[in-house]
Amino acid sequence: MLLKELSSLTSPLSEPQLSTLQLALNDLSPTQTAWVSGYLAGISQASGGQVQAQGAVSQPAQRVTILFGSQTGNAKGVATELFEQAQAQGIAARLVSMADYKAKELKTESHLLIVASTNGEGEAPDDAVTFHEFLASKKAPKVPTLKYSVCALGDSSYEFYCQTGLEFDERLAALGAEAIVARADCDVDYDDAVATWSELALAAVKATLKDATTTEAPSTAVASTHVANTYSKKKPFKTELLINQKITGRFSDKDIRHVEIALEDAGISYQAGDALGIWFKNDPVLVDAILDQLELDGAETVTVANETQSLRDALINRFELTQSYPSFVQAYAELSGSKKLAKLLDDKTALRNYCYGRQILDVIDEKKAKLTAQQLLSGLRKLTPRLYSIASSPNEAEGEVHLTVAVVDYQQSGEQRIGGASGFLQRLEEGAEIEVFVEHNDNFRLPSNDNTPVIMVGPGTGIAPFRAFVQERDVREATGNNWLFFGNQHFTDDFLYQTEWQDYLKSGLLTKMDVAFSRDQAEKIYVQDRLRENAAELYAWLEQGAHVYVCGDGDRMAKDVNEALIEIVAEQGKLARNEAEEYVAELRRNKRYQRDVY
Amino acid sequence: MSDIKLAVNERIKTESNLLRGTIAEGLADQITGGLSDDDMQLTKFHGFYQQDDRDIRAERQKQKLEPRHSFMLRARVPGGICTPQQWLEIDRIASDLTIYGSIRLTTRQTFQYHGILKPQVKPLIQALGSVNLDSIAACGDVNRNVMCTPNPVESALHQEAYAWAIRLSDDLLPNTNAYAELWLDGEKVTSNEVEPMYGPTYLPRKFKIAVAIPPHNDVDIHANDLNFVAVGDNGKLAGFNVLVGGGMGTTHGDVNTFPRLADDLGFVKPEDAVEVAKAVLTVQRDWGCRTDRKRARLKYTLEDNGVDKFRSEVELRSGIKFAVPKEIVFTTRGDRFGWIKGVDNKWHLTLFIENGRIVDTETHPIKTGLVEIAKIHQGDFRMTANQNLIIAGVAEQDKEQIERLARLYGLYSDELSQQRLNSMACVALPTCALAMAEAERYLPSLVTKVEVLLAKHGIPEEHFVMRMTGCPNGCGRPFLAEVGFVGKGPGKYNMYLGAKNNGMRLNKMYRENIGEAEILAILDTLIAEWATNGLSDERFGDFVVRTEVIKPVIIASRDFHG
Repeated sequence: MLLKELSSLTSPLSEPQLSTLQLALNDLSPTQTAWVSGYLAGISQASGGQVQAQGAVSQPAQRVTILFGSQTGNAKGVATELFEQAQAQGIAARLVSMADYKAKELKTESHLLIVASTNGEGEAPDDAVTFHEFLASKKAPKVPTLKYSVCALGDSSYEFYCQTGLEFDERLAALGAEAIVARADCDVDYDDAVATWSELALAAVKATLKDATTTEAPSTAVASTHVANTYSKKKPFKTELLINQKITGRFSDKDIRHVEIALEDAGISYQAGDALGIWFKNDPVLVDAILDQLELDGAETVTVANETQSLRDALINRFELTQSYPSFVQAYAELSGSKKLAKLLDDKTALRNYCYGRQILDVIDEKKAKLTAQQLLSGLRKLTPRLYSIASSPNEAEGEVHLTVAVVDYQQSGEQRIGGASGFLQRLEEGAEIEVFVEHNDNFRLPSNDNTPVIMVGPGTGIAPFRAFVQERDVREATGNNWLFFGNQHFTDDFLYQTEWQDYLKSGLLTKMDVAFSRDQAEKIYVQDRLRENAAELYAWLEQGAHVYVCGDGDRMAKDVNEALIEIVAEQGKLARNEAEEYVAELRRNKRYQRDVY
Repeated sequence: MSDIKLAVNERIKTESNLLRGTIAEGLADQITGGLSDDDMQLTKFHGFYQQDDRDIRAERQKQKLEPRHSFMLRARVPGGICTPQQWLEIDRIASDLTIYGSIRLTTRQTFQYHGILKPQVKPLIQALGSVNLDSIAACGDVNRNVMCTPNPVESALHQEAYAWAIRLSDDLLPNTNAYAELWLDGEKVTSNEVEPMYGPTYLPRKFKIAVAIPPHNDVDIHANDLNFVAVGDNGKLAGFNVLVGGGMGTTHGDVNTFPRLADDLGFVKPEDAVEVAKAVLTVQRDWGCRTDRKRARLKYTLEDNGVDKFRSEVELRSGIKFAVPKEIVFTTRGDRFGWIKGVDNKWHLTLFIENGRIVDTETHPIKTGLVEIAKIHQGDFRMTANQNLIIAGVAEQDKEQIERLARLYGLYSDELSQQRLNSMACVALPTCALAMAEAERYLPSLVTKVEVLLAKHGIPEEHFVMRMTGCPNGCGRPFLAEVGFVGKGPGKYNMYLGAKNNGMRLNKMYRENIGEAEILAILDTLIAEWATNGLSDERFGDFVVRTEVIKPVIIASRDFHG
């Protein structure tokens, strides 16, 4: 919007005020305008006034835009911290979610820092899908003056590690932009890598942002939709485990638990759809097995993050032991001289397959090695908290947060292996202390309109957020129809929260529920089969504006459900395959199709 | 009567569209493993009850899981006889379609399955149908499985009596097509379907028929609503003495309920049996109490109207006059274990199946053993009223092989005491919804302790008829036991004494709500006295009456609680 176009009809200013403003700004250089914009924003914030969205004026001046694409909240967290650091350094900056970013703004940017996570199979996170598509399309403009850097978050145990960040990087480069700092690919324990990248990126921005050093102005910020939590991943809330109840029957092959955690008076808030981060401790039995195998003394003192502690305590509290990862395989291959491990390093696919399902102990078991405590620790990843979709609505479970946790328990080379966080929760007794934090997930929200119908697909522990949704719809007295799809192995022992669903069906809150128990008959039946059986009705719901939510396994289930949706739309809407795909893509763009998959 | 409310089940039957209810919809409901309350009453007419595993009910409530619902289905096997081919399928069904994988021989000469999950009910009934078995009217307010002394020795008389048992069972079946529609994919009846004999509300309560062949009273005639006691004439069937109004079921603490001996109506010729049965059934249909299910059995109709009035009505409706009853003598109720040779020169092996429970255990793989026998057996299988099994009709040359298999699989041993052979329990916990205490799972250990007492007092070969049930409804016929136990609460029983060994006199409560220690203390004293002071051949039930340990029950309505 240009100054000459300003009018009292489109701004909150009166005609005389506008004239004065135009007069004052007429002959300012772009740099001066940038300074003034920051100055005015500072005044606005200092006076406690709310910036009206309708009054926002795009900034012709130089500043850095920090753009994030986040699925579970990690990328958003990194971007927010980066934004705060920029502010602290006096760099003009703004923070925007890719979901809210207008693609045409791209050509007006001078500096862009992108923080992007990657979904399971190399897909962009839901809130980045539109912008990601835009960049890849012919509509994307050339941006020869743009300076940028990308921080990619990922998990090196997946095939398409940091894929989305990589694609943003490659695409921006192809459009002519200049990478001022090389892309950082950050693994699950990303804190150190992110810190390094942030420092370099901000320094580079500061060096190239015109007149940035002369400005003292505070920068503008995108208003957060959340009341800031006092607690965070780095500063978790210490609270109490209230209930730890197995909710699979005694004949089940699975141990799935309903966990209730106290949140009372905690300055920690959540909404249905959010996730809860759990800081866990490793099983002392596992730690002792590792120490035994390496013939290390657990009492030996080590220094980790400037804290001196016993090796045993450090392994219990600080390091990732219940997964294995390429970096450790590499380190241990060198230390042990294992030919088998060394050979794996040459083949990424084989290495990834090897890591899958193996824990640190399995890698160590490959070959005896004599190594020091410090050598061991330097090969290990820092322990990272695990996220669980919250299974309660804060308005129903007042002062509590509920989770649905499947205990990861499997055989590897004839030995039992237990998941890190799930095993911790399994061992934890009611009343014990636990450290948690909330990860908001705006990509998984009930429709704001309570009349909107909702279709929920949540097999296994994917049921968790839908327990929260249904509780929330109940509390809100939402009138929209609710249809729940659930699946698991056996009806008699794996029907999670069965009696609660029965009550909701009886009360009428749940309009419909369809279940698929895969192992109760010769042929396997899954939720996507139930979707197909209900194709006509499901399509009718979609046409009536229903929102679709999918939660659970991302590797197979979410893909199968997605495929079923496309087929249903094609068949019922009499559409060609590509039209049906577009129909579903449109649902996703309109946030009517949201997924929380892992 | 109009101001007294009909029992709830009367409404359910009336609205059921001849036993259909909403069973089909209930089967299709994926969210629960159970059926609606109304349908649960109706499925009984199709042969099955809804139950749940009571051992884990509380645990599952915490797990936010509904009770582990399953169904108990009872087959209709008149006279308890089936072929080896049928047995193989009966066995396969237990393994493939039930969660417990067991077969239970019942006290009414049939078998039942426990732990059938809802989706398996229909396949199971169809599988039974594939070998010409069904479960129609095996439970419910109708005539149930017709019993018949499985006497393999006097074969000619048994053959005739058994044929009448089958006739009675078939002719008294409900007419509704509901069973075929629901379970066998039969075509839907759209025209005005009627129940010519039962009417739309069937009977007020269950109705049990037995055909007895003296001197064996294994079918316990006084536990049945209607009995046909075969009267032989030189090995041929001359006719039946008809007795009505026996029954076991009572309610704890309700003196208006009591077990009752059957009354003699008189003698009829064989060909009149079915008409008489229909007349008895319709009189009960019209006169029986429909306001209080605890007072709805035929025994109370007899009690309230008197036997003479009842007999006149039956004669009027059937057009058949009763003759004076023939002299009959019953001597035993127990089965004759081991090999017996019949008049047709075939051999018959009676196997003791403790509490009728057929399941493989490490030491006694009896379920597999019966399959192995069924594979080679040329005769038939006969389920007895004492929950045992007869391998009947074995040719001389096959005898050795059958015995070898029976011994190999722990089905046949010489070590069982008379006391164990004459003890019986119902299923009770964990599946039966009515049970207040253990029965089947507990009785075997109690028998062991009683054996010790009998040995201690020098009479290890002796026995008394001992029966235990988890509730007072009487499936195990506890009120006709010389020593009866009826569950009152966990580990607690009412103890009854004084029935006749041959089932011709009821027992009476001796102690209320006692546990094992007290039970054993009482038996220790009484067995000691019986061993010392009992007359020659005096049975235990007679001894405790003669020595006034307990008063005899002569007229049940007066003496059982008196």
